[in-house]
Amino acid sequence: MYAIEVRDVEKRYGALQALAGVSLAIEPGEIFGLLGPNGAGKTTLISIVAGLTRASAGSVKVMGADVVDDYRRARRMLGVVPQELVFDPFFTVRETLEFQSGYFGLRANGDWIDEVMHHLDLTAKSGANMRTLSGGMKRRVLVAQALVHKPPVIVLDEPTAGVDVELRQGLWSFVRRLNHDGHTIVLTTHYLEEAELLCGRIGMLKAGRLVALDSTSNLLKTFRGLQLKLRLDREKLPAQLASRLLAREGDRFTLELHDYAELEQVLVGLRQAGETILEFELQPPDLEEVFVRIMDRSA
Amino acid sequence: MTGFLTLFCKEVLRFWKVAFQTIAAPVLTALLYLLIFGQALEGHVRVYESIRYTAFLVPGLVMMSVLQNAFANSSSSLIQSKITGNIVFILLPPISYLQFFGAYVLASMVRAFVVGLGVLAATVWFVDLSLAAPLWAITFALLGSAVLATLGVVAGIWADKFDQLAGFQNFVIMPLTFLSGVFYSIHSLPQVWQAISRFNPIFYMIDGFRYGFFGVSDVAPASSFIVVVACLAGLTCATLWLLRRGYKLRS
Repeated sequence: MYAIEVRDVEKRYGALQALAGVSLAIEPGEIFGLLGPNGAGKTTLISIVAGLTRASAGSVKVMGADVVDDYRRARRMLGVVPQELVFDPFFTVRETLEFQSGYFGLRANGDWIDEVMHHLDLTAKSGANMRTLSGGMKRRVLVAQALVHKPPVIVLDEPTAGVDVELRQGLWSFVRRLNHDGHTIVLTTHYLEEAELLCGRIGMLKAGRLVALDSTSNLLKTFRGLQLKLRLDREKLPAQLASRLLAREGDRFTLELHDYAELEQVLVGLRQAGETILEFELQPPDLEEVFVRIMDRSA
Repeated sequence: MTGFLTLFCKEVLRFWKVAFQTIAAPVLTALLYLLIFGQALEGHVRVYESIRYTAFLVPGLVMMSVLQNAFANSSSSLIQSKITGNIVFILLPPISYLQFFGAYVLASMVRAFVVGLGVLAATVWFVDLSLAAPLWAITFALLGSAVLATLGVVAGIWADKFDQLAGFQNFVIMPLTFLSGVFYSIHSLPQVWQAISRFNPIFYMIDGFRYGFFGVSDVAPASSFIVVVACLAGLTCATLWLLRRGYKLRS
């Protein structure tokens, strides 16, 4: 049984095809990253998994429960941290969490609510009205709300958007702990470095299609090459290096190297052409580069 | 069941936390109506032979407050939740559309009853009131508040902006309540307006409620009961159909 199983899911809004036949399966215990540019369909897919949006075609199961036919069980299995910083201004932090717990059919859930608040450093703000909290604190409450019913699968939709570095680090360490405790984590993020750090597997969406789905290490291996960034005084790249050119902005050139040994050939080529290097930077492949290339490739 | 009870309690607590606005303000408004209209028209208007105008006015004002607040509660709660986005907290859990409907309607009825009792308590000092048929009064208060609370659910789900809801409230609910015989008996109207008033379901709610106090009404209470129950049944079916489809809630 998969934690989340998405089969041939399509979603159309009139003429707009938001999702065009997406299929993927997430194993229990994974930290899975869902990446893609704005408008790629990430939030639409998550909304379909959460039952907030209905798919035009295809099916989605959470821990084996269909999100339409068996929606009660599917929703109990799922905790969602929404992307928007939403809150109910009428209530305190504690009330917010108690209500959320009650919506999932749980009474006398105070001990777990205390524990969740403790882990998220919310205990001191228990009686504070939601309106009075900082953005970071509100974000923590959103995470706490997703956890009050102890769901085995947790979806975090851009949980660190607009969050300061300290809270971001805290949230990621909390995510790791949740995963360690057996929760399956699905997250969308724009911080690719963090996705690289946290996610065992990554799916990339573009224009409603899944354009990559593999382990993070395999994706990085796919683009093993190094990037050499140069600034040249004569703004002219020797002809024998033209095949390595990835990008150019004025006098700045980005070249591709397959390994460190090729650096020597590039330097020789530049010396023979009489070029002077003004700036020099050698970068190993990262997820951001992989992301950009995959997006370019599937354009 | 816990999900339903939690949502119901949350909705009650929501209006209770701002009771000055949701309870005290409508009571004061009704009291002002009584003082102004009662003072201005007492002695000039006699609707039923044995009943003074101020006494005639009180049940109408109570019921008008009940109906307007039943509508205001569900509609304003839903549109606020939609616009601020916190409706997602109710849509993510396994709450069925029936539970959703029941919680919003019942909580609105609670507010309507609290306001109605408040208006009654504030105005009863100015008039001699009897309860000729209390069961009819309670029945029409229950049915009327349920109809307007249901209509509030529809309006709250339909409206995307506050001004759309305000339009619904000002151009539909307000005229229907003001032209329903709160301040007059429809027998005092020209024939044409009498006929038009009979197409206004709120007229039957107020007329039936008033029968509970005086034992006299423009229409037999059993007939009003049938009209109001039919309205409630039709509106409930339509609302449940919309909720089941996820109209404007689940895209």
